[in-house]
Amino acid sequence: MKKRLGNFALALVGVALVGALWAITSATIAPDLPSPLKTWEESKIYVMQPWEKRGEMDQGILRMASYSLWRVAKGFLLAILIGTPLGFILGASNLFYKMFDPTIQVLRPISPLAWLPLGLILFRQSEPAALFTIALCSMWPTVINTMQGVRAIPQDYHNVAKVLRLSPWRRLTKIWIPATLPFMFSGYRLSLGLAWLVIVAAEMLTGTPGVGGFLWQEYNSLIYSHILLCILTIGIVGFALDRLMGVAEARLRAA
Amino acid sequence: MAFLEVTDLAKSYGARDVLSGVNFTMEEGEFVSIVGASASGKTTFLKIVSGLVPATRGQVTMGGAAVTDFSPQAAIVFQNYSLLPWLSALENVRLAVEAAFPQYSRTQQNEQSEKYLKMVGLGGAISKKPSQLSGGMRQRVAIARAFAVEPRVMFLDEPFGALDALTRATLQQELARMCSQAARPVTALMITNNVDEAILLSDRILALGRGPAASLSPAVPVNLAKPRAADLLMHDDQAIRIRNRLAEFLTAGAESRKSLSRAAASALSKTVPLEA
Ligand SMILES: Nc1ncnc2c1ncn2[C@@H]1O[C@H](COP(=O)(O)OP(=O)(O)O)[C@@H](O)[C@H]1O
Ligand SMILES: [Mg+2]
Repeated sequence: MKKRLGNFALALVGVALVGALWAITSATIAPDLPSPLKTWEESKIYVMQPWEKRGEMDQGILRMASYSLWRVAKGFLLAILIGTPLGFILGASNLFYKMFDPTIQVLRPISPLAWLPLGLILFRQSEPAALFTIALCSMWPTVINTMQGVRAIPQDYHNVAKVLRLSPWRRLTKIWIPATLPFMFSGYRLSLGLAWLVIVAAEMLTGTPGVGGFLWQEYNSLIYSHILLCILTIGIVGFALDRLMGVAEARLRAA
Repeated sequence: MAFLEVTDLAKSYGARDVLSGVNFTMEEGEFVSIVGASASGKTTFLKIVSGLVPATRGQVTMGGAAVTDFSPQAAIVFQNYSLLPWLSALENVRLAVEAAFPQYSRTQQNEQSEKYLKMVGLGGAISKKPSQLSGGMRQRVAIARAFAVEPRVMFLDEPFGALDALTRATLQQELARMCSQAARPVTALMITNNVDEAILLSDRILALGRGPAASLSPAVPVNLAKPRAADLLMHDDQAIRIRNRLAEFLTAGAESRKSLSRAAASALSKTVPLEA
């Protein structure tokens, strides 16, 4: 307990130091960078009335974040719904692995900025294009981790399945899925992180309301302090999401 | 033709010859043990005979038919228990029961599983996960899982290897009882590194020589009335003769191979022996 309190205090010191660096930078070499105080003054209304809706692109920060979160949730869900079975197939079949692994390695490093225009062409609407981009970019850790999990199933468990004469369905539900679950969850955690990373790009280019869309609009309106507000929000939400997945993962391992 | 026949069996993993020229027969209802030092190829032999691993050469038949896959009439107790850690003791056993008796109702399957868990003295711990059980209790679950499918043939790979002497003695008696109590005669093939355990339980005992390229000694019959008591066997004349005979087989292999193993030592030192 005492140790945790100490760690928390240290983290606060770190935040204060970075804040000081920010203040000094804006006061000296980067006059265009709003100081922490100025950022707060100009962003107060978004933070203090976080749920307020004044206009399409003028809404409280929590409301904006909730749009983004909802979008990320849908894209992420799509990613794991496609990625998990894909990972299972690639892990179970050497043939499929050899057939598709090179393609996956080529698709994996493609930036969301490259996928999004393709999505817009395909769907002609910004929302599905954004989901398409989030899903395509965030899917790979799920695919790869699930695949590795399946390959890491000990031969002993395969022998048990054989000896007990389990049906293919029971093999899947009683051995393959439980044995792979920890790997799958590590994949989900990484995928969610990526999905949140992609949201800004997706919203910027499609101009939809959300933290990313707001950020881009405020850049175009030259209100730089709001950019910082958005950056901070994105960071904090991303951190919270990762923590949440971490807790879920720990629960899973303990079970 | 014997119930189980192994003819001129050989097994290599890559360049490593584990078994070579192994011949073996076994009648229905017999309890036969194979003793041997660790890493001599005992597990490999059992996995080939049970149809889990293919042989490099030679053939295995059971009931006259070539063994190509694990038989639906057989069960096996693995050396490392191989329980599924995410299932409770009951669920582990029931998984086997469900596949073996699909015609049973859910209640009957539960009863069957609980019956065998009780038989090995685990009635009170059936809802515990393997991680919450001691080594001895896990071993009991594994034995219950094997017996619960009411197999005709039972393969046992050092079933008590990792246990303390006391638990070991208890479980040995339980195994003897379960084999004799079963509705039909159980044919059992047990691997062990403990000669006394083999004498206690078996009708015949064979020694697997030291690897590489190990083969089986002639069978040593054990003509002692069952059930046997471990403490009496310590001083029984026949038991002592059997023990000496097997010790001869086990060490003779080592003597005659000393020069050979020295030559092979450099090659072997590159391979890390697995306790599989
Ligand atoms: N799957 C495998 N691949 C390569 N070598 C193996 C494999 N399984 C066993 N071996 C080797 O075969 C030898 C005999 O192993 P094993 O049958 O497990 O011995 P035992 O059960 O008598 O201890 C060992 O030297 C081991 O390293
Ligand atoms: Mg072994």
